[in-house]
Amino acid sequence: MDGDVPLLRARGVTRYYGSRVGCRDVGLDLWPGEVLGVVGESGSGKTTLLGCLSGRLEPSAGTVEFRQRDGRVVDVLRMPEPALRKLARTDWGIVHQNPRDGLRLGVTAGANVGERLMALGARHYGQIRSAAVDWLGRVEIDRERVDDWPETFSSGMQQRLQIARTLVTEPRLVFMDEPTGGLDVSVQARLLDLLRRLVTDLGLSAIIVTHDLAVTRLLAHRLLVMRGGEVVESGLTDQVLDDPQHPYTQLLVSSVLQP
Amino acid sequence: MSGDGHDAALLVEGLHKTFTLHTQGGIQLPVLRGVDLAVYPGECVALTDPSGSGKSTLLRAVYANYRPQRGRIVVSHDGRPVDMVVAAPRELLAVRRRTIGYVSQFLRVIPRVPTLEVVIDPLRAFGVDRDTALTRGRALLARLRIPERLWSLSPVTFSGGEQQRVNLARGFIGGHPILLLDEPTARWRGAWRSSAPSTTPRCARRWRRGP
Repeated sequence: MDGDVPLLRARGVTRYYGSRVGCRDVGLDLWPGEVLGVVGESGSGKTTLLGCLSGRLEPSAGTVEFRQRDGRVVDVLRMPEPALRKLARTDWGIVHQNPRDGLRLGVTAGANVGERLMALGARHYGQIRSAAVDWLGRVEIDRERVDDWPETFSSGMQQRLQIARTLVTEPRLVFMDEPTGGLDVSVQARLLDLLRRLVTDLGLSAIIVTHDLAVTRLLAHRLLVMRGGEVVESGLTDQVLDDPQHPYTQLLVSSVLQP
Repeated sequence: MSGDGHDAALLVEGLHKTFTLHTQGGIQLPVLRGVDLAVYPGECVALTDPSGSGKSTLLRAVYANYRPQRGRIVVSHDGRPVDMVVAAPRELLAVRRRTIGYVSQFLRVIPRVPTLEVVIDPLRAFGVDRDTALTRGRALLARLRIPERLWSLSPVTFSGGEQQRVNLARGFIGGHPILLLDEPTARWRGAWRSSAPSTTPRCARRWRRGP
């Protein structure tokens, strides 16, 4: 059955920046439909790990395996560049903390969404446009704004546009780096609700890097806690937040207001 | 009732849970020391020791929210036994989806999400289609006497008792064979408290002290 093999399996993922440790000996299994949170303070290696898992950073050691739609397991770190790019366009999606890193600011909102479909070979203009309009609606952006430039959008709308652009190709795995970071609190809640619904409705798997424990409580099934590049604790999200075992996790949990 | 734990829906044996507070000089708090409990299908067991005796800790351990150091917590999941103390995270999630429901004293939700959506969320996560989930959610809210005009509002601003009833609706909607309720009526007002038994499922009643 589909659910009996992990979608993503990483072992011993290590990345040095010169002599400094980015992340060291990280292993994880991500199952279909599962959302994994990676938490830790700045400099703990969260973003480095995300980069290595998504093939954007080359690790110094380790393996990352991904199971494709056809059931074939591929070695992400040893794939030829074109195959990796194709994977990133089809099966994967990446949501950056800063929407400007994930959007093309020189084209309209509709084109931002449509472009990803065209990259997969869609050519029928009417269908691309209607898919784009449909996705703007799903991320609660007024359809009237399909021809507007992303620069005229608020940061919360830009983030939702980036999510529409990422999800329009129906990826199976989404990497998110602080998706609610830098947003106003009221906008955050709406985005969290949206992400949660999309993840449930589409059966997505996701890896979410965040320093916000409250975000993981609401979005993630499981958590990895990182410190100094290493995973110090892992478990179900509520286990880690309600019964933290490692001294560092206890410190982290007791330092925030009501995660 | 056989009483030997053989056909129990939930069997707890020799459960130990000690908290170590690293941020407070490594203080050790032993809360559960060798707890045994058997609950059979159709039974309703109340834990009635005074505050601070570890009732909530036991419930949370059964739900795998707390991680015990020793002992076994065996539940019958999809017709086979699963030990919640050692099961893999993925298996624990499956047990929570289909076998064990948990209603805490507090409602934790995303701000601004309507009550009805909060209630049907566990069913949606279980893969039930939206219309079916909505029908069941409305029926439960009505049965728990949450006024219909509140269903489209976030429960964040509700009274304590209303929040707890929303929490109960969210707990009951999954139809789990095992339901753990932690002080489910603590914040209800007088008239509501006396009607609680008619709201909870019909079940045998048995009282049992913890060890």
